[in-house]
Amino acid sequence: MSARPTLGFAILRHALLLLGAAFMLAPFVWMISTSLKPSTEIFLDHVRLWPDQLAVVENYTAAFTKAPLLWFLLNGVIVTISIFALQVLVALPCAYALSKLRFKGKQALFAVVLLCLLIPPHAISVPLFLLFHQIGILDSYAALVVPFIISVFGIFLMRQFFMTVPDDLIDAARMDGISEFGIVWRVMLPTAIPALTAFGIFSVVAHWNDYFWPLIVINSEHLLTPPLGVAAFRNQEAGTDFGPLMAAATIVIAPLVIAFLMAQRRFIEGIALTGMK
Amino acid sequence: MAGIDIDGITKNFGRTEVLRRVDLDIRAGEFMTLVGPSGCGKSTLLRIVAGLELQSSGSVRIADTPVDSLRPRDRDLAMVFQSYALYPHLTVGENIAVPLRMRRLKGHQRWPYLGAFMPGARGIERAIAAEVEAVAAMLDIGHLLARKPGQLSGGQRQRVALGRAMVRHPKAFLMDEPLSNLDAKLRVHMRAEIAQLHRRLGTTFIYVTHDQAEAMTMSDRIAVMMDGAVLQVASPDTVYNDPTDIRVAEFIGSPKINVLPAIVRPDGGLAVEDSVIPVEAAAPPGDPVKLAFRPEHALLADPAQAALRGRIAHVENLGSDILVHVRVGESGQPPLVVRTAPNGHRHEIGEKIGIDLSSRPPLLFGRDGKRIGVGAARRREVAHG
Repeated sequence: MSARPTLGFAILRHALLLLGAAFMLAPFVWMISTSLKPSTEIFLDHVRLWPDQLAVVENYTAAFTKAPLLWFLLNGVIVTISIFALQVLVALPCAYALSKLRFKGKQALFAVVLLCLLIPPHAISVPLFLLFHQIGILDSYAALVVPFIISVFGIFLMRQFFMTVPDDLIDAARMDGISEFGIVWRVMLPTAIPALTAFGIFSVVAHWNDYFWPLIVINSEHLLTPPLGVAAFRNQEAGTDFGPLMAAATIVIAPLVIAFLMAQRRFIEGIALTGMK
Repeated sequence: MAGIDIDGITKNFGRTEVLRRVDLDIRAGEFMTLVGPSGCGKSTLLRIVAGLELQSSGSVRIADTPVDSLRPRDRDLAMVFQSYALYPHLTVGENIAVPLRMRRLKGHQRWPYLGAFMPGARGIERAIAAEVEAVAAMLDIGHLLARKPGQLSGGQRQRVALGRAMVRHPKAFLMDEPLSNLDAKLRVHMRAEIAQLHRRLGTTFIYVTHDQAEAMTMSDRIAVMMDGAVLQVASPDTVYNDPTDIRVAEFIGSPKINVLPAIVRPDGGLAVEDSVIPVEAAAPPGDPVKLAFRPEHALLADPAQAALRGRIAHVENLGSDILVHVRVGESGQPPLVVRTAPNGHRHEIGEKIGIDLSSRPPLLFGRDGKRIGVGAARRREVAHG
């Protein structure tokens, strides 16, 4: 901080930031605005952010009644929580082994993990689909959850964090009589809460919003995840009704936005942490 | 309380040999210090005793039972680490309780939240809490039990680490440089406290340090290690006054022992620089030897009468002592240090001065660095080579 920026520069800077923010927020603003309008006001030839006639109750009631939106939300919760819990169950022991245990081929194994980071999920979606067809778990919760249980990113992230945990702590735990698995859950897990939070955010956001994979494996309506559920609104027999559709989209986004606002500090800490380590 | 026998321990990391056939018998209840420069293998040896590291060959026995196939937890030893290694997410009290909870409570009784409702868990937990409090009171950390390690100072963390080690009354304590993260003043204080603790507990201690002062002040016996081998095992007094190896002599003692290269003369004396010292070495004439003496075992004297002559290069006044650095001869030898009592005489830099070694026979070391005898009477006792 050598000199205070001049007023002109400050104004310019903020103007630019505002412009960027407006650009990013515009679709969201439009979504919320549309979700408030009656159908007569949606296709006007001029921009109107706040409707003359509010249709909040109608649109949001329609969102919940025309399709089982609550059920979709519940599906989203079940799927994202299961995925994250199972990811942790796999990633923590793996990360512990890769960072703190000595065994032959450790470096090679870690290189393989890094290599797996490079595989785009879409590339393996067709073989995965065929495999699931073979074992007969298409169109089920398992199909939504199983492909993501082994999170290479999670293993990598936790391994990097575990590298910073002093070896003495693990040796102390061994002297105290804690088993190797005990060390993972009783010692490493509590010290890794910040990293785990960051990973949790990435995981939950990614799988809550995932459209691609559920679209491939799910047919039954009762298994639809929130993004698919919203899409289902377009295909309802009544044709596309944009008011309730946007209301549903708003509802689907809301949990993540609210979670972010509540855990904003942790969120940023977690991201900063992953950048640092 | 148990003796620990270390028998022919070798450790290789890849091709580097960290320990070469180390033998060490530690008596029950003894305070044994492993001291040596960093990288000498002392910490590795301690970790092998603890079971955290596997030796390449050799065996460790605790109370006459081989423990080589036992995991750390089953060896019944406690260890204190340099970094304290406290669990950051547990309070002080929980930290100290961990070794007891891991041993006394069954798996299901340790479940978070639910564990306390398991049959039998309450009573055990109460007993553990009482023991934790007793240990904390002994270490004067009773008021800190509810804090997290992050809120403690270095000295307090050190005490918690000690408490965690003490609480289950292990067969022996292993300490890996426990004081090196503390500031100098606290280190001296904790030195005395750990020595007192040893006296009170009467348990076997193995203490690893690179600080010769810690080794000298706390131990019953010292094992001086260098390059993966134990050079000498003896009481602090013996190690200081009667070192068997020049490396031991140079490592122990501050200021460092004075060492001068000398040649054995045919008439029995030693040729040092340009003078002759009337000391008979148990070595053949013409052999190069090393003559060594402690700073306090020499006297400043009139240059005309003393065995060694030189000029004062530097004077350090420590208050209780004065260290006079004397440069002898023209060669690039570091100056010799003589410790004198302050007697009002001011030593001038550049002043000509003599060093008198007659008050106490100097130590002689042969070509290989091993101690050799001084004087005809001891010649037969010490084999050369």
